Amino acid sequence: MTLDALNISIAWPEIFLLSMTCLLLIVDVFLKQSQRDASYLIAQFTLLGTLVLTWVNMTTERAEAFNGTFVVDPLADVLKIFICLVVALVFVYSRDYLKDRNIFKGEFYVLGLFGVLGMMIMVSSNHMLSLYLGLELLSLSMYAMVAFNRESGSSAEAAMKYFVLGAIASGMLLYGISIIYGVTGSLSIPVIAESLVKQSEMNIGLVFGLVFLVVGLAFKLGAVPFHMWVPDVYHGAPTTVTSYIASAPKIAGFAIIIRILVEALGALQEDWQGMLIILAVLSLGVGNVIAIAQTNLKRMLAYSTISHVGFILLGLLAGTNAGYSSAMFYILVYSLMSVGGFGIILLLSRAGFESDELNDLKGLNKRSPWFAFMMLIFMFSMAGVPPTVGFWAKLSVLTAVVEIDMLWLALVAVFFSIIGVYYYLRVIKLMYFDEPEDTTEIKNTTEMQMALSLNGLIILLLGVYPSALMSLCFSVFA
Amino acid sequence: MSFQEVVFYLFSLTLLLSAGAVVLARNTVHSALFLVLTFFTTSAIWLLLEAEFLAITLILVYVGAVMVLFLFVIMMLDVDLAKLKEGFIQYLPIGVLVVLVMSAEMIMVVGSSKFGTDAYPIPVPKAADYSNTKDLGSVLYTEYVLQFELAAVILLVAIIAAIALTMRRRPNTKYQSPAKQVMVKKADRLRIVKMDSE
Repeated sequence: MTLDALNISIAWPEIFLLSMTCLLLIVDVFLKQSQRDASYLIAQFTLLGTLVLTWVNMTTERAEAFNGTFVVDPLADVLKIFICLVVALVFVYSRDYLKDRNIFKGEFYVLGLFGVLGMMIMVSSNHMLSLYLGLELLSLSMYAMVAFNRESGSSAEAAMKYFVLGAIASGMLLYGISIIYGVTGSLSIPVIAESLVKQSEMNIGLVFGLVFLVVGLAFKLGAVPFHMWVPDVYHGAPTTVTSYIASAPKIAGFAIIIRILVEALGALQEDWQGMLIILAVLSLGVGNVIAIAQTNLKRMLAYSTISHVGFILLGLLAGTNAGYSSAMFYILVYSLMSVGGFGIILLLSRAGFESDELNDLKGLNKRSPWFAFMMLIFMFSMAGVPPTVGFWAKLSVLTAVVEIDMLWLALVAVFFSIIGVYYYLRVIKLMYFDEPEDTTEIKNTTEMQMALSLNGLIILLLGVYPSALMSLCFSVFA
Repeated sequence: MSFQEVVFYLFSLTLLLSAGAVVLARNTVHSALFLVLTFFTTSAIWLLLEAEFLAITLILVYVGAVMVLFLFVIMMLDVDLAKLKEGFIQYLPIGVLVVLVMSAEMIMVVGSSKFGTDAYPIPVPKAADYSNTKDLGSVLYTEYVLQFELAAVILLVAIIAAIALTMRRRPNTKYQSPAKQVMVKKADRLRIVKMDSE
């Protein structure tokens, strides 16, 4: 075998990312605390470089590398660009928060970038083994990031819960993969798909493995009834880490569902469709109803995430190209909204004050009309109020569900979304119609304010003009 | 029964008994030692399956390194096992029920009807000069080079995470500075006092 056969050149973004992260790891050791901003800049440069490299090498063709274990296709390219973009936003929002809490360290960026590498591998994997290793790389980085604030007891508790439950989920996933391997005799995704098509009679071993895979994936994505870790981890983790966990990894989670369920086990669609229906309906119900009872903004957004996961599963279970495209549109839009929502919490927090209670938002309009307006956009978009992009995302998913003659499912989704609108509107009511309890001036770097404004304006722009992103998502699954 | 079968059943029996003893032993150190025995017999069974490399790795890595660490941790933690096992009898019936149902399900699904010899051909024994290690090595660094590198990155992340979460500078800690020790001069430590002889 020669080096050419590995076709390494299509993995340039990943190679660049890994090399730069290792460089950052070394450079950071020699920096004084006052020079720590250099680590931040290197991290941002790395993400930018990875994004540009992915952008430049974008293809419409499917290409494989590393003996068919790594694949680059339009789906992978688009998702990678969004992952880099969202994580870059998280890093911009994080700087002040980390400095205020004396946890402004290079390791935060190193772990964050290794997480990005894990996500990119997940997105691009064409082999169960590389997919699993990418997932573990991401999870391990996230466990450490959740515990990053060593002074905080609740962070340690959240990290412990996340670690134990995440390990169980990984075990489930691995067990499922091993059974699929036992039945089909291969770990390569195209080979598995091929051998399933050949298999004429139904093999109960396959369904058995599938159950474990779906459970593992649902755990990682936080779908009900495997959601118990989500609120505790979102609440306990430092807000910067919450915004990281809540955004980009969901994109990677979408990608592995596509790779495992659609590309590898597409022949078992009838079997996994039923499982996803149960997960989707439960997630929509539990997420939207329990979010109403929350007084903590981070917990509320955690339950909101669960309900959004329900919507994404709706698109996936449709099993049509339109369904996959609309789920992809939803996840991309969701990651931008989610990072923006947590960005507002980070904007309002300061040393010794987390600003993560709902009451902390009271009268935000009087303190800062512009950022109250940004939060209004994020909340309207999450709720799916018409002129915002969240509406188009929900609409396209529901259309895909109606197209496969599952009207009842669409009605259930609409019903729970309407319940969900209540708690989003409550945030807006607190911001606009209540008197502020806390009148401290909002002081942040212009860089953060610019990025957050840009984030909000993108959501607004996508709402007015959704067709560009929508047609991109549809072209991926054409 | 051939000699191979006798060896197989002997090791399997030891494996099952020692695995049971891991859970049932009253002393945690005994549990850990039974786990060593479990690993050891497992590796013997792997040898019978012609997986020499894995068998040796299991002994070197798990028995040699991981279990030694385990023993250290157990001795330092001083776990009160009697307290942990409170309510064992109380939960036993439901536990047994769950185990029975799960075993029945597993046997139905992954039993010999699906994964038996009619579904999979009996493997042919390899020749005496066949090297399992060489075969593994030749695919590990070629076909699976991406996965190999990823595993390396995961280990690196584990190191970074462990250091980032535990390393702290404590100003009051007493430690030796070899550089200072080497650089020290006679004049720094020794004071010569002139005294009259008495």
